[in-house]
Amino acid sequence: MAATTADPRTVHVEHCMGTVFSIDIRDAGNWSDAVADVVGWLHHVDAVFSTYRPDSLISRLGREELPLADVGSEVREVLDACEQLALATGGTFTATPNGQLDPSGYVKGWAIDRAARLLVDAGVQNGAINGGGDMQLLGGAAPDRPWRVGIADPSDPQQVLVVVEGRDLAVATSGTAERGGHITDPSTGGAASALRSATVTGPRLAEVDAYATAAFVLGDRALDWIGTLDGYEAMTVAADGTIARTTGFPTAAPPPPVRRSIRITPGRT
Amino acid sequence: MRRAILTLLSTVAGLVLLLNFKTSATTAVAPAVGASGTSSASAAPSSSSSTSSSGSSSSTSGSSGSGSGTKTLTGSSVDTRWGPVQVRITVTNGKITAANAIDYPNSNGHDQEINSTAIPTLNSEAVSAGNAQIDQVSGATYTSEGYIASLQSALDQAS
Repeated sequence: MAATTADPRTVHVEHCMGTVFSIDIRDAGNWSDAVADVVGWLHHVDAVFSTYRPDSLISRLGREELPLADVGSEVREVLDACEQLALATGGTFTATPNGQLDPSGYVKGWAIDRAARLLVDAGVQNGAINGGGDMQLLGGAAPDRPWRVGIADPSDPQQVLVVVEGRDLAVATSGTAERGGHITDPSTGGAASALRSATVTGPRLAEVDAYATAAFVLGDRALDWIGTLDGYEAMTVAADGTIARTTGFPTAAPPPPVRRSIRITPGRT
Repeated sequence: MRRAILTLLSTVAGLVLLLNFKTSATTAVAPAVGASGTSSASAAPSSSSSTSSSGSSSSTSGSSGSGSGTKTLTGSSVDTRWGPVQVRITVTNGKITAANAIDYPNSNGHDQEINSTAIPTLNSEAVSAGNAQIDQVSGATYTSEGYIASLQSALDQAS
């Protein structure tokens, strides 16, 4: 197929922070410089904030080898934001989930949020940065078409459960499907498990991602809580597979087709 | 039809990615439109193992006879350093209803081991993405390894 018949698209896939970032620009043009800026930024964030790297600033801060006064403005910005989010979520979101300094639950969403601003600064009007399933969407999938985001079925991530539609939107899903019970409920110290997944939408991924984590921990109280926040919507999938949404959740209409089984017939013919 | 071809590209590229080949989606495939309506036996959704609605599948076939409703698209064979890869998809009323790898590296145990997981994954992804017409996927954070078999990976390859 001739490339000229396709809508313009620049896609770059980058492995970083133990996951994969998809940079997807839907405007015509050469965006290699903008993509390089985003990639450089993501690796910079990883180097500063990785708790897996003993030499990262955040690891040294956690071991109290560095006074807070010596860290850069980025680290202070992240820690301040984590404090605000801890207040906003009644401690459900915390930068010390296991008693150790670990703002990872905030850093990825924040990094994508900031990276999306780099794209905007470079002139991108329609694009997306998706990091491991959490994304900041800019404009639409095309100038005249909103983004359509499939929410993966937590019990079968190859399947789409619900389609979200919107422009200039952030979407984050917190759950256990890929990494097991990795989200700690600070009130019990155990793994949060009332939900299979919680999806939150809103304007900026930095907050949306943290709210999704908090919503997952809150379980059946998640929708009531998100409902009190202006500009944010949520959808939860309960342990029994039941889907619940806030009234304003941007579900695409019509509803997606129900899952169906397809015969798989690999083989030479 | 364009979306179907895009998804075919995605299908082939997804397979190529899954089998760890390094190539480009746009140069790898020159889709050829094949015969219509004749491969319904392999294209029909399985009814025996289905756990949910067959209503959606019957509605898609409602308006089609053997003519314009169902098409089979076959990608050209792609030579990779592991061997040739070729994918065929069946499109019913604009939606992918089946994807089959009709030629793929199968010469040794390692190939077969990869194929046994990669090809069913590819098929379900192509079908799922083709039907939902989505641009991105949100879900619990995947690992670098998990990404390779993810629906998002198929969408990223569709450009």
